[in-house]
Amino acid sequence: MLKSKSLNLDDSDSAGCRTRSGFGRLRAWRRVALLVSPWLVLLLIWSAIRMVSDKYAGLIPSISSVLGQGYELLLDGTLASHWAASTLRVLGGVTLGVLLAIPAGFALGWYAGARRVMTPVLNFFRALPPIALIPLMIVYFGIGEPAKILVLVYAAFFTSVVVLYEGISRIQPIYINVARTLGASERELFVRVILPLALPHVLTASRVALGVGWMTLVASELISAQQGLGSMIQIAASYFQLETIYLGLFSIGFTAMLMDFLLVRLSARLVGWQEQVK
Amino acid sequence: MMTSEREIQFRNVSVRYAGAPNDGWVVRNVSLDLGRGEFVSLIGPSGCGKTTLLKLAAGMSTPTQGSVTLGSQPITAPGPERGVVFQEYGVFPWLSVRGNIEFGLTLAANRRDAAERAVIVDKYLALMGLGDFRDALPNTLSGGMRQRVALARAYAVNPEFLLMDEPFGALDAQTRLVMHDLLLDLQRQEEKSVLLITHSVDEALYLSSKIVLVSARPARITEIIEVPFAYPRDESVRATSEFVRLHAHLRARVMAEYAQQQREDIANTLHPENR
Repeated sequence: MLKSKSLNLDDSDSAGCRTRSGFGRLRAWRRVALLVSPWLVLLLIWSAIRMVSDKYAGLIPSISSVLGQGYELLLDGTLASHWAASTLRVLGGVTLGVLLAIPAGFALGWYAGARRVMTPVLNFFRALPPIALIPLMIVYFGIGEPAKILVLVYAAFFTSVVVLYEGISRIQPIYINVARTLGASERELFVRVILPLALPHVLTASRVALGVGWMTLVASELISAQQGLGSMIQIAASYFQLETIYLGLFSIGFTAMLMDFLLVRLSARLVGWQEQVK
Repeated sequence: MMTSEREIQFRNVSVRYAGAPNDGWVVRNVSLDLGRGEFVSLIGPSGCGKTTLLKLAAGMSTPTQGSVTLGSQPITAPGPERGVVFQEYGVFPWLSVRGNIEFGLTLAANRRDAAERAVIVDKYLALMGLGDFRDALPNTLSGGMRQRVALARAYAVNPEFLLMDEPFGALDAQTRLVMHDLLLDLQRQEEKSVLLITHSVDEALYLSSKIVLVSARPARITEIIEVPFAYPRDESVRATSEFVRLHAHLRARVMAEYAQQQREDIANTLHPENR
């Protein structure tokens, strides 16, 4: 609720400002400094550990050697092709998983009976770690691209369907009642009221599924992948190429971070109308 | 000015909910007419079944016994000729003020083309003092402004009836008074038949042409008062001796019913086996 109940009609501007966080009011350069500072601390700790003893220095590559390795792999194109393979897999698997979860989430969110029957089943499948499913995936779907994507679809579906139906089942009946009393048909009710109210939940589900997708990626690339950041890490591990392992981890981390950032920006644009929790 | 010739008629209406106290009866044998530009307030203790009566008229619920009809047709579903304003506003948060007001006009049931919509929206933006907020999203508006949007949205489809469930209940006292005058203003310009559910004796007396006193659960009509003040009304009516007298009378009656309801609630809590 807004604190201001004043009838002063020019008051809304300040109400708009109040919703901005303290962070948003900072000057640009301060904001950048704040964003960069935890990373600097991490780099500092990394370098410090290397300086403690030569033993650690042998086990932890230097920042410059990781960057050097990255530069090399970037030049010969291997990093880009691994990155593209993984990113496409994650995007494909998560998109498919969420698309499948949307109708299921609507059905379960809308019909309490279906929800009661299906929740235990969903929880059963949701609890199975994707990596444990890989032997079966190989048996049934082989070692090609479909099996890898399917692991991601599986993970994305079961994570997002729960977020979706929880959200959709909490849609407040007041909006449905209002639309009905204004004369909305069932179709209009769905398209004009339920869909806009479900959109935030679809975006949240996608966000959660993307995170899980990247986490599942390495598991999916255990299925004898030749390409992909996960397989790059696997292969590097067998040659004890620590630089490449670190490089793979950074690539996964930063790509996931970037995707999440883009999704948050998209959400702010699409569903910025939501009440802010203060 | 459009005054409805049709009436919403409650005839011997009873409503029973499985599992509710009093053997499940929440409304008992209510007969009531609403129409012809009357402004009827239902007043009674909270939780007594007033909202159930409004839901019957709105078509969001049907009676267990008796009938609720609109111009001799039974009411079975909501319809755009019966606008509803809820206490919790129900302003669509993803639509601007303008988008909210014109929402009903974009539905097949009462579709208007863009030019007509613009005229109607502008009219209510002006009437409600929301002109500067045409493109604002509801999450930037105060409670009083949101309720004005909800009111404008209900008026925009030009219903014959306006059903309001404690529409000002969530507003502070000053905003409430402003909304009362706004509502009287709107009534003067386009008279609707209004059913208002309220807790406030002052609100009922100031706004209505008829006050229906509702008993503690199960809801029965215990008294109907024709309010003697002519429209248009203003603040000065509150100072008349008749207003003061009626206010005291109504207040005593409502408080008595409220006490009765409390006793029942406590008894039901202590001895749930008697429910």
